[in-house]
Amino acid sequence: MAGSNQPIDDLLEQEYAAGFVTDVEVDTLPAGLSEDIIRTISARKQEPDFLLEWRLKAWRHWRTLTAPQWSSVHYPPIDYQDIIYYAAPKPRKDGPSSLDEVDPNILETYKKLGIPLEEQEALAGVAVDAVFDSVSVATTFKDTLAEHGIIFCSFSEAVQQHPDLVQQYLGSVVPITDNFYASLNAAVFSDGSFVYVPPGVRCPMELSTYFRINASNTGQFERTLIIADAGSYVSYLEGCTAPMRDENQLHAAVVELIAHQDAEIKYSTVQNWYPGDAEGRGGIYNFVTKRGVCRGDHAKISWTQVETGSAITWKYPSVILEGDYSSGEFYSVAMTNNYQQADTGTKMIHIGKGTRSTIISKGISARQGQNAYRGLVKILKSADGARNYTQCDSLLMGDRCGAHTFPYIEVKNSTAKVEHEASTSRIGEDQLFYCLQRGISQEDAITMIVNGFCKQVMKELPMEFAVEAQKLLGVSLEGAIG
Amino acid sequence: MNTTAREILAVTGLQVAVEGKALLNGIDLTVRAGEVHAIMGPNGSGKSTFAQVLAGHESYEVLQGSARFLGEDLLDLPAEERARRGLFLAFQYPVEIPGVSNIYFLKAALNAVRRHQGLDELDAMDFISQVKEKLAAMQMDEALLYRSVNEDFSGGEKKRNEILQMMVLEPVLTILDETDSGLDIDALKVVADGVNSMRSPERAFIIVTHYQRLLNYIEPDTVHVLSAGRIARSGGPELAIELEQRGYGWLEQEAGVVP
Repeated sequence: MAGSNQPIDDLLEQEYAAGFVTDVEVDTLPAGLSEDIIRTISARKQEPDFLLEWRLKAWRHWRTLTAPQWSSVHYPPIDYQDIIYYAAPKPRKDGPSSLDEVDPNILETYKKLGIPLEEQEALAGVAVDAVFDSVSVATTFKDTLAEHGIIFCSFSEAVQQHPDLVQQYLGSVVPITDNFYASLNAAVFSDGSFVYVPPGVRCPMELSTYFRINASNTGQFERTLIIADAGSYVSYLEGCTAPMRDENQLHAAVVELIAHQDAEIKYSTVQNWYPGDAEGRGGIYNFVTKRGVCRGDHAKISWTQVETGSAITWKYPSVILEGDYSSGEFYSVAMTNNYQQADTGTKMIHIGKGTRSTIISKGISARQGQNAYRGLVKILKSADGARNYTQCDSLLMGDRCGAHTFPYIEVKNSTAKVEHEASTSRIGEDQLFYCLQRGISQEDAITMIVNGFCKQVMKELPMEFAVEAQKLLGVSLEGAIG
Repeated sequence: MNTTAREILAVTGLQVAVEGKALLNGIDLTVRAGEVHAIMGPNGSGKSTFAQVLAGHESYEVLQGSARFLGEDLLDLPAEERARRGLFLAFQYPVEIPGVSNIYFLKAALNAVRRHQGLDELDAMDFISQVKEKLAAMQMDEALLYRSVNEDFSGGEKKRNEILQMMVLEPVLTILDETDSGLDIDALKVVADGVNSMRSPERAFIIVTHYQRLLNYIEPDTVHVLSAGRIARSGGPELAIELEQRGYGWLEQEAGVVP
């Protein structure tokens, strides 16, 4: 039926609301990558020697690597000498130490994005670290958190104030040799967020980082490190946007999570980088390495992601289940529209006894969008009684898009139990007509169907983020009943 | 038959094709308030097509003819507008909507209809108590309200769920599209009781069915036999019984469809 894609098309045509550019004075280094650039970045940030050495080691290793070709995404070769690796808004004095010193244009930017940085205006119960291009510009509620002994600050500040913690944990989950983009990140990363929750402390508010790429021709290479000490709990949210530009921009972040015995880390992402225009021009290349380790017994790490943006998304938030009876979860919604490509999934590495993992992946493809789930469940010999449950569902809108599933399962222990379920469905004419015949409008029907499809994942998001995520999907969450 | 009762549906000379293939070749049918019409006929005679066209499915191309619903041009209205004005189709194959709970779906539908009627959305408590009453009448498990729409419902549960929706939405004209197919005798009685409880001097029903047995429980005023996209014969309930005994062949021969 020729008319049936029209309502879907209308819904997909919503403009990218975060696509504006902020006019700020920027301190940039020349484009290109060299030992000099790395030394300069490190010097700008007055880093201790161990960190400079670490960066240089990563740089030397990276030079021996070539970009990975195994994923199902396609893009022209990236000229790494054409990228600016450091762009920082010029501080009004030497480094903003309070909000008064942050460029008002930047504060305005975050306000427009719905992330007010003034604490009195901020969302109650959410502390925010705002990263603008290469540097963190503000962190809210630091004092409140400090009362509980929780450290929440920019990565640069952590390097200055807590170098021991940084040295102990940096690269302990994602080593500098891990992969092409992780090595590149280690060499040139400029900022990011740092969290440490002391033993037995339950973090009283959601912690959140809001990443914004503003400058053109600039790559963003942030690094996030979260440590939950024994028996602690923290929930962390990450959001991202970028202006609309015709050229592609690279975002190659690394996130490392460490959960000690009985600790729990819940990490949620709503990724809304600029996806490019309807013809596939521009957009962010989102090549990210995210990994957590359950170091102690009964530790738990949970990844939840709603990926709606980026021209290309290439990420596999993973959990290494070292501790006995530790558990890992991965809940994902990835939506690709127009010429967007997503190759995403997870790795669950079971090492400890009685470890458990759950994977729920929902891919939505529309128009020419391509969506791949790629996941590895690996159960080592030591992992007696390990269990995994995987469910991958794909929803297709229209007939030019694609969904692909690549599950890899390696089991070395016969007591393990691994389950895998997969489905592909088309948002159908039938479902739409059924809703219409009950008086429900086309737009409401589509959001209802898409939302129903994503429900298992959306319910994992903290309330503050669920609202943003549902808006992004053009979806209104189901009401209180039901 | 009361020819002074309000005219609910008036179909004249309706011709319909899908992908160039003619399916309905000139249907005339008038349905007045309070009436129950049965439309019978062999497979492929156009019964379900007729039901789908009235409900506004876009796959079908109307070549000629007209249909008026409560005095308005029905064919001009999109499907959701027809539904909001009180036209309800009980689907032959009710559709599954994973992740959307049955009760949420019901509420969305009812509120869409109420908004059209200029009424406020129903209070959550009132809504629940209304639905539960009707659920009991349909002998359905309350748990079905909180499951995804039609997902993993048995065949019988799906059909009961259609009737439940009808009872909640209280349409003016209900079209049952082979609701009896695949139902055991107990479920058939429950469905029939549900429909009978809704019969009133203001409402009308079109019952599309292959077999006569549903008509033992819902007595029609008029029975029409469809053959090759035309109404080959109309009569009283006795026509259905004759069809049950003699099959459709003799009628088709009379109509000149089969040589």
